[in-house]
Amino acid sequence: MKQKEIAALLDEPACAHNTKDKSGCAKLKPGATAGGCSFDGAQIALLPIADVAHIVHGSIACAGNSWDNRGARSSGPSLYKIGMTTDLTEQDVIMGRSEKRLFLGIKQAIDSYKPAAVFVYNTCVPALTGDDVGAVCKEAQKRWGTPVVSVDAAGFYGTKNLGNRIAGETMVTQVCGTREPDPVPPGIEHEGFKVHDVNLVAEYNIAGELWNVLPLLDELGLRVLCSLSGDARFHEVQTMHRAEVNMMVCSKAMINVARKLKETYGIPWFEGSFYGVADVSQALRDFARIIDDPDLTRRTEALIAREEAKIHTALEPYRARLQGRKVLLYTGGVKSWSIISALQDLGMTVVATGTRKSTEEDKARIRALMGEDAVMIEDGNPRGLIDRVRENGVDILIAGGRNLYTALKARIPFLDINQEREFGYAGYVGMVELARQLCLTVESPIWDAVRRPAPWATDAGHAHPAPAKSLSLAANESAPAEVQSHA
Amino acid sequence: MPEIIKRNKALSVSPLKASSTVGAALAFLGFNRAIPMMHGSQGCTAFGKIFFVRHFREPIPLQTTAIDQVSAIMGSEAQVVEGLKTLCEKSAPDLIGLPTTGLVETQGADIEMAVRVFRETWPQFADTAVVPVSTPDFTGCMESGYAQATKAIIETLVPTQAEAGTRPGRRDRQVNVLPGSHLTPGDIEHLKELIESFGLSPMVLPDLSDSLDGHLPETDYNPLTIGGTRTSDLATLGDAAATLVIGASMDAAADALTARTGVPDHRFAHLMDMDAVDGLVMTLSRIADRPVPAKIERQRAQLQDALLDCHFMLGMSRFAVAAEPDLLVGFSRMLASVGSEVVAAVAPANAPALQDVAAREVKIGDLEDLEITARERDAEILIGNSHAVHTAERLGIPLLRAGFPQYDRVGGFQRTWIGYRGTRDAIFDLANLLLGEERGEIHPYRSKLKQRPEGEREMPRPH
Repeated sequence: MKQKEIAALLDEPACAHNTKDKSGCAKLKPGATAGGCSFDGAQIALLPIADVAHIVHGSIACAGNSWDNRGARSSGPSLYKIGMTTDLTEQDVIMGRSEKRLFLGIKQAIDSYKPAAVFVYNTCVPALTGDDVGAVCKEAQKRWGTPVVSVDAAGFYGTKNLGNRIAGETMVTQVCGTREPDPVPPGIEHEGFKVHDVNLVAEYNIAGELWNVLPLLDELGLRVLCSLSGDARFHEVQTMHRAEVNMMVCSKAMINVARKLKETYGIPWFEGSFYGVADVSQALRDFARIIDDPDLTRRTEALIAREEAKIHTALEPYRARLQGRKVLLYTGGVKSWSIISALQDLGMTVVATGTRKSTEEDKARIRALMGEDAVMIEDGNPRGLIDRVRENGVDILIAGGRNLYTALKARIPFLDINQEREFGYAGYVGMVELARQLCLTVESPIWDAVRRPAPWATDAGHAHPAPAKSLSLAANESAPAEVQSHA
Repeated sequence: MPEIIKRNKALSVSPLKASSTVGAALAFLGFNRAIPMMHGSQGCTAFGKIFFVRHFREPIPLQTTAIDQVSAIMGSEAQVVEGLKTLCEKSAPDLIGLPTTGLVETQGADIEMAVRVFRETWPQFADTAVVPVSTPDFTGCMESGYAQATKAIIETLVPTQAEAGTRPGRRDRQVNVLPGSHLTPGDIEHLKELIESFGLSPMVLPDLSDSLDGHLPETDYNPLTIGGTRTSDLATLGDAAATLVIGASMDAAADALTARTGVPDHRFAHLMDMDAVDGLVMTLSRIADRPVPAKIERQRAQLQDALLDCHFMLGMSRFAVAAEPDLLVGFSRMLASVGSEVVAAVAPANAPALQDVAAREVKIGDLEDLEITARERDAEILIGNSHAVHTAERLGIPLLRAGFPQYDRVGGFQRTWIGYRGTRDAIFDLANLLLGEERGEIHPYRSKLKQRPEGEREMPRPH
């Protein structure tokens, strides 16, 4: 990929980060960098497309160290779970044989697994030696008759975020619009019930959480043409251009997809979240508002009323248990506010939230939820997070898997909110799972055991600095800086 | 000697191989107050970190030189210098390991020079040892990267006899140990206990049993490793009575140590059957000049008893094993010692050690190769890492998890496989897996001439 093309992707007009020089794509500091590369981002974005053979073109680290490490689930094909890589050897690199290996590799994947399409991810080594991956893919598609898509997102191009965008861009320019959607199956539409086509962008079906939401959309007659990319199929991505509305789910990463689909096909889009009762309802209302079908609006409101009442009852026992518990939330971008409302629904107090990847718009939403002097954490270094937990008498840290074991080593209750987690929290019913997981860890009897020094350790000064009080609700008084929830 | 069948297809499918770079990082993680910094793009480190975090369920200190578009083309030396400086300023590590990736090796990075420049520019950080090692991920595998890093550590940090005035045997109770990457923290812990039971004092490098054994330390946050070999102890290696080397992959590292120190070494391909453990115990007895302790004799007798109990299940049973070379040797030998047969053996990369695998052939390949061969030859049990779960499912046979990575179970990282005890536990588990299978089962014959009630096959249960 050319420097110019990368610059164009970084300059995303729809992204609020774009106005400041501290964009989401700032320069990396050697020795102090955390996070994935562009290849990682591209793969995360597209790997859940279940009937595609995903080939990583590169030396072994890119696929060998990472395959099958995400929780995106499929209701059908499992081809996406099979790691495939050209596994380049020294000879391939020195003798310039890697393009040939890729060409034959595409054939091998098609012959062995008959995929709906093949995606080829370029990586650092072939990008540096100058393999023309695009040309190989074109030739392979011509020769073997299966769509072959080149995703040029080598690691050194930049961050994971850039990789997300490259992936989205690739789908919009190479795949969307190459097929028409199937007609709605007969017998479903009738007087007062019209099916509307929508897309979900950047919903990955982690732990199957999309399936908490899909029944609601089905009931309303909202047909998801494509979820990019949770539980998606290649032929669904091809039809994305026919949606009436796109929902950007909980992420800025693929905002370019929503924008380009709007520019090219005039599809309106909105940003929303499926986390928390209020946000799920809001997302459903936004669909109805943009589609503007009075009948849909009426049925949407009825569904929301019914589901909210049901979930309210289901959450009642948990609310009693979680009421007043303090949370420190450290997660990226949209989740910095979307999860807040979910936690407030449960009666919890969000003491502070991470805003490292949040935009001004995200921050405005945070202030709306947490009050004007909401505490926002820009730098989430582990030491700082632990100190804040201690200072504020926090009961639970909610963050990405990266911080999981750091928190546990510090004897802090933790909930994983990112990609690798094993539980789905989306939709109304997802809230029950979220509440259950929160109770499970916060109320666990182990915290005392792991904080208590051995009975023979009499030298008190020698014991670890365990916050015996951090689980106690009485710690409320000693935290002046925090913002009380209005729950 | 098995026939080694080389890779013969364009794609690796369901890869078994992890990169030599992460192998090198693992070796550095066996040192105290250490941090590896991979010289590559940030993703190399992010993937490596997740790889280890999921396996060990521990925070893993790992950094990156964060090669971007500019440094990928214009040269990456400055990134190395800046990264080293940043780490020294932030946490003053005892050791920074600097393994390279395919990216910077393709670029032609001179990592030795970058370290020299760092030393000249920032003399105030002289207390931090820096060990560069070339481990591009287009050669070797995890095991070889780990071995190369260990060798680089020895060559950089262990003084020669002449330099330090060491003398083999001056510390007549000290035994150096070079454990291969196939040994788990639990294995190393057990090995240390064995050595100590002879009144000897083990000096292990790298010592993962002290850094990644999964213990809760008193301090609540550590940006560096929380245990492992102390770099300051490396000066004593030359005074030891002997060096034990476990795994053929460590041969070059052992050669380097012996050349520098003159300490006699004893090499073991593996410690996963009675013969191998007998060899180790005899060696320890000679080094210590002590009889074998009764406790160890008892463990041996327990293993013998287990062999008797388990040979009924294990005899003539058929295994498929996917593992890095040293671990493959160990498992194949253990299985051969109980009368089992390895009908499918796959290693991710070639190595001289594969000549010792007890099987007709060894494929250099991936889990797809294993699956195809295992199906052809009716394997009954699979041994492999967590990726092999899907393979085992498709084959419809049970999986015993071993090797890297193990992410779908807790505790796999510390399981003890070696010694009389580890071998006994392993054959118990394997025999139990076989007991759970329908083997030699005669299926009931239901005569068409009899009329028995339809529901009679339902399991009776209380109402």
